[in-house]
Amino acid sequence: MAGEIYRKPVSFALMAAVTVLVGSIVTMAYPMFRAEMHEKLENLRAFTPLELAGRDVYQREGCVGCHTQTVRPLRSEVLRYGDYSKAGEFYFDRPFLWGSKRTGPDLAREGGKRPDAWHARHYADPQAVTPRSNMPRYAFLAQARLDPSEARTHYRVLASLSPKGQWTATDADFAALSEKTELDALIAYTQWLGHAVQRKQAAGGVELALANPLGDSPQAVARGAKVFEENCAVCHGAEGHGETQIAPNLMDDTFLGVKGDMPDGAYFGLITGGSDAKAALGRPGLPDGGMTAFGGQLANDDIWAVISWIRAQQAHERQEAPAREQTEHLPGGQH
Amino acid sequence: MNEYRYDNQTVQGFILSAIFWGVVGIVIGLLISIQLWAPAANLAPWLSYGRLRPVHTNGLAFGLGVGAIFGLFYYIVMRLCRRPLVFPRLARLHLWLFNAIIAAAAVSLLAGKSQSLEYAELEWPLDVAIVVIWVMFAVNVFATVIRRREEQMYVSLWYVLATVVAVAILYIVNNAAVPAGLWKSYHAYAGVNSANVQWWYGHNAVGFVFTTPILAMFYYFLPKTTGLPIYSHRLSIVSFWSLIFAYLWTGAHHLVYSPLPDWIQTLAIVFTLFLIAPSWGSVVNGYYTVGADWSKMRTNYLTKFFVMGITFYGLQTVQGPTQALRVVSQLIHFTDWVPGHVHMGTMGWVTMTICASIYYVIPRIHGTEIYSEKIANVHFWLVLVGQLLFSITMWITGIQQGALWKVQNADGSLKYSFMDGLVKNYPYWHTRTLAGIVFAVGMLLFVYNVLKTIQQGKALRASPPSPAPAAA
Repeated sequence: MAGEIYRKPVSFALMAAVTVLVGSIVTMAYPMFRAEMHEKLENLRAFTPLELAGRDVYQREGCVGCHTQTVRPLRSEVLRYGDYSKAGEFYFDRPFLWGSKRTGPDLAREGGKRPDAWHARHYADPQAVTPRSNMPRYAFLAQARLDPSEARTHYRVLASLSPKGQWTATDADFAALSEKTELDALIAYTQWLGHAVQRKQAAGGVELALANPLGDSPQAVARGAKVFEENCAVCHGAEGHGETQIAPNLMDDTFLGVKGDMPDGAYFGLITGGSDAKAALGRPGLPDGGMTAFGGQLANDDIWAVISWIRAQQAHERQEAPAREQTEHLPGGQH
Repeated sequence: MNEYRYDNQTVQGFILSAIFWGVVGIVIGLLISIQLWAPAANLAPWLSYGRLRPVHTNGLAFGLGVGAIFGLFYYIVMRLCRRPLVFPRLARLHLWLFNAIIAAAAVSLLAGKSQSLEYAELEWPLDVAIVVIWVMFAVNVFATVIRRREEQMYVSLWYVLATVVAVAILYIVNNAAVPAGLWKSYHAYAGVNSANVQWWYGHNAVGFVFTTPILAMFYYFLPKTTGLPIYSHRLSIVSFWSLIFAYLWTGAHHLVYSPLPDWIQTLAIVFTLFLIAPSWGSVVNGYYTVGADWSKMRTNYLTKFFVMGITFYGLQTVQGPTQALRVVSQLIHFTDWVPGHVHMGTMGWVTMTICASIYYVIPRIHGTEIYSEKIANVHFWLVLVGQLLFSITMWITGIQQGALWKVQNADGSLKYSFMDGLVKNYPYWHTRTLAGIVFAVGMLLFVYNVLKTIQQGKALRASPPSPAPAAA
């Protein structure tokens, strides 16, 4: 028998087929029948037509070639991105888009981290937001209108693969797509990512009474200026004056959309916990505002240094303001 | 007589097609390597990195790799069966359809038609076409092997048959999708299941496109080139069956630390470690074969291609299992280490062996000698240096990247932002482009050498006084 097989091509091929099928069945086919391969998190909801159209764009442009969508259960990854990925988050993903290369950052927890306007600007011109980024520009997406009938077909096909009742779009939802661009869709999909998992930083409360251990020392202000430039200026501007719809002005007397400043502890809580700290502070902020949680990404001392710089800058502006008012009032004098 | 000549033309047609797509794939590889450090080189939307990368990988895996496999398999099968192909016209149709599919694949990928599954990006109409030509290929191979005039099937034929069977299973299962239009479909599997099927496929595309067919070539062309018989028949048998058994268990080593159930990951890691044994079975067999007379390295210019090729196969199959270990995976996974690993296999083992096989085949088809051994030697050194520079550069920056992602301050916060890590890649990415240029120049010399050899053969046939062995 042993030697015979090398003279009988059909038997040989059958034996080869059986040999390759053993491992295939145990590791690929058999798991399909196990519940652990089909979990769904309770909070996970199917894509809206707009989000699905955005996912189609994500697939078309090959975003998966540079961005992963799985946070590994490693301390450094949870610190950088947020809670590690769960099987039940990918119930609607056909195919999965975990990727295999992280030329750009992981996006599994990108949803809700930043406002839509930030993404619009970043997709159009990544280098305008992050100067040394190597991401290509996707400005053309803003010119491309969505095709509602195509979106409906895609949506219906995907919906037919899940149990009834999970995909709930109406005709009006599809009709509304004619007003939207591919960029709107891609942003909507970006914001969908990770929605089913509670963000980690939300757990800690905000301690308003915390005092800045660095105070207003010149060293702290200088260090804060550097940290601010590298991490915060992207949204809040080089001098902290903010950008319409993206990030608020840090130099005025409004804090999270309400008149009246708050103590250093509030600043620390907001920088550490990101938008999730807004609830604890009881103020709304920008409507779709997404302050990044820097807790874990920046050292605590660096965060305090940034606060030292912001305070120094605010004081500086207050000194300038009366002077500026004076000069403004001098020539006209109408006030 | 005439039939033999006809078959040779199909073989040569596949070889020239493979070379053509190889050049296209390498040029695109250079372009995307530049785009990684010069984002302005992205010409959206058609020529942006995201769309071009699959054209590079598919162009080289399927255009160069599978094209060469078709041509060289037809060549090997005819010789080992001592007969022409049973269906020569079918093989000719196969050649034309193959080129039409690769061309359509390139255009569709540039247009963004992609399933987003690595090495299975092509949308369903092309998948159907690929299954059709694979069946045509299988029918011809099996018919020819069944009606062979040599009783025993040589090792290379085992690898040929295993490739034909395994690729069919892998390709059909992973490309199962639900169409949502002519150029759009959604994977038949969802979430972790989709991931598991894809990497079962993805890793075995490496196994049954970049390993078993190349071993078929190695086991055939190394003895042919050197005149030395394979060292151990028993070792070939043990290696063959254990390789094709173990490979299919290992896909999930691409999903270490992912949400895939741990038991599938662990099983994959264990079998990946085991895979060192059958891989090195072939490496040892290759070394001992040439070991019977190492002077062949000096006297026969092709020997060094095969020896260097099997050496990189050996290194690849030690590095791969190392990467599968959780402790190593957590450092290098998702970094540039991985392209460094892949390119050692593809540039060092696959391309080296394919080029050497083509150098052997083309002069024999035309009854002539290679146009220039000197150019072949320069080609060898350039692709060797280019590949080493590429891989080593990527390993260094990959480890650096992985480490920077992990470093924490004393208070438990991360020390480096993502951008801190990214910008440190730039000098290495520049070097990688340089490495790619060196490799590409080597490959262009190879193309030139092959074309000149064909021209030389044609001139020989055209001159009346020649004894014209080419017709044989």
